[in-house]
Amino acid sequence: MSENPLLLQVVHLGRRSVVRTLRQPLNVVPSFVFPLILLAVNVGGLASAARIPGFPADDYLDFALAFTFMQGALFATTNAGTDLARDIQTGFLNRLALTPMRGAALLLGQLAGVIALALLQATLYIAVGLIAGVRPESGILGLFAIVFLGVLIALGFGAIGAFLALRTGSGEAIQALFPLFFVFLFLSSMNLPRNLIEIEWFRTVATINPVSYLIEGIRSLIITGWDAEALALGFGLAGGIAALGLAAASVALKGRLARS
Amino acid sequence: MRSFTAVALAVAWRGIHNAFTNPSILVPSLLFPLFFFTAFAGGLSRVGDVPGFDFPAGYTAFQFVFVFLQSAAFGGIFNGFAIARDFESGFARRLLLAAPRRTGIIAGYALVALVRWAATASVVFVVALLSGMEVLGDPAELFALVLLGLLVNVAAVLWAAGIAMRFRTLQAGPLMQVPVFLTLFLAPVYVPLDLLDGWIHAVASVNPATFLLEAGRGLFAGEPTEVGAAFAIALGAVAVLTLWALRGLKSAESAG
Repeated sequence: MSENPLLLQVVHLGRRSVVRTLRQPLNVVPSFVFPLILLAVNVGGLASAARIPGFPADDYLDFALAFTFMQGALFATTNAGTDLARDIQTGFLNRLALTPMRGAALLLGQLAGVIALALLQATLYIAVGLIAGVRPESGILGLFAIVFLGVLIALGFGAIGAFLALRTGSGEAIQALFPLFFVFLFLSSMNLPRNLIEIEWFRTVATINPVSYLIEGIRSLIITGWDAEALALGFGLAGGIAALGLAAASVALKGRLARS
Repeated sequence: MRSFTAVALAVAWRGIHNAFTNPSILVPSLLFPLFFFTAFAGGLSRVGDVPGFDFPAGYTAFQFVFVFLQSAAFGGIFNGFAIARDFESGFARRLLLAAPRRTGIIAGYALVALVRWAATASVVFVVALLSGMEVLGDPAELFALVLLGLLVNVAAVLWAAGIAMRFRTLQAGPLMQVPVFLTLFLAPVYVPLDLLDGWIHAVASVNPATFLLEAGRGLFAGEPTEVGAAFAIALGAVAVLTLWALRGLKSAESAG
């Protein structure tokens, strides 16, 4: 490991990120509990929506479970962004800039905490779903695919959070962006499939909203099985968001380090 | 009494000025209800086709009443954040020292919440009308709905003020929000009570927010129901939470 300085740096910063993430119960607990509470409320309140002709699942829980992963990813965004912003505000980033640390190591290390959190979240959400009676059509392999897609989505959202933190350098600004992200989630196919959304403009917004395809990717593994189109769109968009987020964060990091 | 009014008006003027001149405070409180209205009334309108859904004014109006009362509750909660911020900045302590009648401080914050909610509710109502919402209630019924909203708003700000004055930090924000959020969402938000099944039906049947929602929806649809129970609950909540907020004020005074 010592022969690869980048890997060594990633490991050290990654360990710090994971430990710091898991040591903040006020940040971690809501990211586990809140999506599950909203799931329970939505499933209870919208159970009768499964009676709408053309609804793709017999039980609304099967349909709704996918959304918990998106909410978890949203928490990842704010956690990653807030932690990085705190590093900027406390001067930790400036001190790191004086060392031979590479920018890529900082980003990857920072996002290790997001990945660890997303992995735990995805495992919990699946466990709760299975206990509540969800039986994914894609089988046991599908469970791994769900976890992988959930983590990839969280990585992409976390990279966006890191980019915003590096651009603004303010934890408050990241927190203030939370509602904006929430709007993206709600203006998607989270509550009903797109073909059952009656209001035309809403259906159009949901159709151009990438979040719909991320949700539908996970959802397809639960209620359809191995749907190549939904999975290609889900994994493709999640990978694209992660790549774009990481690229944008790298550029922002260079700018931030050049100023410091 | 004059000193009480003077303190209340001074606190109210400052809070209203802050709220309406600071976009980072004003915009979220305006956008959140609009966003919920759009997401629920727009994205879920097919739920109105579920067998057994028989709200006469349609799904948009059904969701409007929820968002109307939710905005009243969260308008009060947002003001709790302002109180906590005042404690963090030290302003509230100076206010406690300067005010001849400290109970006027709570009344002032409540006035701020009312004015802010009036602005939010007006915007949501206009947007809902523009989206084609049907209003079947007569002016007296709509007035009663507004009155119900006012009581919910006052109850929420008293709840949040009690928390803010006890903890005196913005970190207590989740304590203000989460119980209100859960109470509201454990009521019949998406469909009428009769269409809920299982545990959520049991919870919603005893949830006081259900009575508020059902009364509000009945008034809006011109078919009043549970109005007496709803007003009794709202007035009771205001009475109990006034004591809660006053005890909070005492706690803040003791903390110095």
